[in-house]
Amino acid sequence: MAYKIVASQCTGCSACEAECPNAAIREKGGTFIIDPKKCTECIGYFETAQCVAVCPVDDTCVIDNSYPRYQPKA
Amino acid sequence: MVEMIAQTSSPNIDAVIQQVAGHKGCGTTANSGKASCGSAAGQGDLPAAIWEKVKNHPCYSEEAHHHFARMHVAVAPACNIQCNYCNRKYDCANESRPGVVSEKLTPAQAAKKVVAVASVIPQMTVLGIAGPGDPLANPAKTFETFGLVAQGAPDIKLCLSTNGLMLPEYVDRIAQYNIGHVTITINMVDPEIGARIYPWIFYNHKRYTGVEAARILTDHQLRGLEMLTARGILCKVNSVMIPGINDKHLIEVNKAVKSRGAFLHNIMPLISAPEHGTVFGLNGQRGPSAQELKALQDDCQGEMNMMRHCRQCRADAVGLLGEDRSAEFTTDKIMAMDVTYDLDARRVYQEAVEEERQAKSAAKHEELSKLAGEESDISLLVAVATKGSGLINEHFGHAKEFQIYELSTSGAKFAGHRRVDMYCQGGYGEEDTLDTVIHAINDCHAVFVAKIGGCPKADLTAAGIEAVDGYAHEFIEKSALVWFKKYLAKVASGGIKHVNRGDAQIRQGALISAA
Repeated sequence: MAYKIVASQCTGCSACEAECPNAAIREKGGTFIIDPKKCTECIGYFETAQCVAVCPVDDTCVIDNSYPRYQPKA
Repeated sequence: MVEMIAQTSSPNIDAVIQQVAGHKGCGTTANSGKASCGSAAGQGDLPAAIWEKVKNHPCYSEEAHHHFARMHVAVAPACNIQCNYCNRKYDCANESRPGVVSEKLTPAQAAKKVVAVASVIPQMTVLGIAGPGDPLANPAKTFETFGLVAQGAPDIKLCLSTNGLMLPEYVDRIAQYNIGHVTITINMVDPEIGARIYPWIFYNHKRYTGVEAARILTDHQLRGLEMLTARGILCKVNSVMIPGINDKHLIEVNKAVKSRGAFLHNIMPLISAPEHGTVFGLNGQRGPSAQELKALQDDCQGEMNMMRHCRQCRADAVGLLGEDRSAEFTTDKIMAMDVTYDLDARRVYQEAVEEERQAKSAAKHEELSKLAGEESDISLLVAVATKGSGLINEHFGHAKEFQIYELSTSGAKFAGHRRVDMYCQGGYGEEDTLDTVIHAINDCHAVFVAKIGGCPKADLTAAGIEAVDGYAHEFIEKSALVWFKKYLAKVASGGIKHVNRGDAQIRQGALISAA
């Protein structure tokens, strides 16, 4: 249902925060976290997840497998 | 504010571009024989409006950088492009010093910092926002900071440094906020070359890669430059010299930016130490040697004015170029400071600094006129230990960098600087650090210092570099020319034989603040 940010890789640059269409990203202790309740994987907004596309470190914004994939409302 | 913009802009874009591109800027005396903006008269051949903009801006005027200071505030952490010479795990390796973590500031903290620094360092005349990401990828924080600084410290010049991707969209806002100087980092005008420097850009909610990404980037950079020129905003172009990738191509870049009205071109050496973890650092891409860098700068000099005094400073640097006082102004210290901003005191102090600058300039011209009539093909480099003010006023062992001057019968021309970090700690030098210094200034015939110990002096002599301590606390250019005249006389009389020197190393790695 959501992306998550691998904290050990996050540079804290804040680029994802401004791009998130759901305002699901915020700073916590110098790095950034995604609120899984708000994240829609950008489905319905953009072709690709914005946090993934703008993040300067590869494999830092990744699908959180502990949640089921997001299902857009019909 | 709006009125000032109207005065400096012109309805005719071509006329403005020609006006800005046609002149030669500061410090070009040696090659062109023309008066530079450091001439005794002051502005030389610069139009008055442009002279006003550069005379106390350390990054836009080689002369000013000896006397006036700048600061950066790190309010813009996000970036919208990826560069192979940058690793965001640290700071941007070229545009800000690697390995030094910038303290991120909010706009309100940044504005307070500017007022505090300006009160402690009255010759601080310029505030720049240069990252550590891209200011225009953080537009809200960037413009809020500029707005607050304009209120709190109205005499400070505002500056921004960008990769140019978002420039066309923000040019009007830049003009509206009275930002007089913009630096764009342009490493290529050929997308094929760009694809080897930029793995991707993020634009319009999409990540673009390869040649397509570089094409969008170069298009926006050049269009942004034209739009800024049309609005009378002075533009400097920074280029990172990457041997084998864009070194020869930068001559084309130079022509492209000159024709679009760039005021100054700053070609910087690639910093690519493996420990910075950048793509170039890890794949073994080397940076240029001192000779390679200078040769490229010289090749471009005929086209337009080149900046050679850039220190590739970090996004939170404070002080004169080449010194870093950021440790004196951490957020904790600033928030505890009680500051009153004294505009009059700053003006008086700056007038005194301006007098000092003119005195130095006059001394140089006086000595230059004495050289008239001398004829020699000899041109050589000398290194100078200085703490600023245009004086030979630093002890050899305390110098963190040496300034390099090229001497010929047409004068003393600033040719760059070499970082050596601290060679002397607590009164005694160390063998290997002296070697570092010798490698860094190996292409020089002499080194001018305020003072030097017997041992290093002997070692320098053995390496073929004369240590000159007879001009302590005198003006740099004047002293160098007096020494050069004597040198030529000794060569002419057969007392010494002139031999060319070898290449020198550009030192990689971070300059750690000594404060």
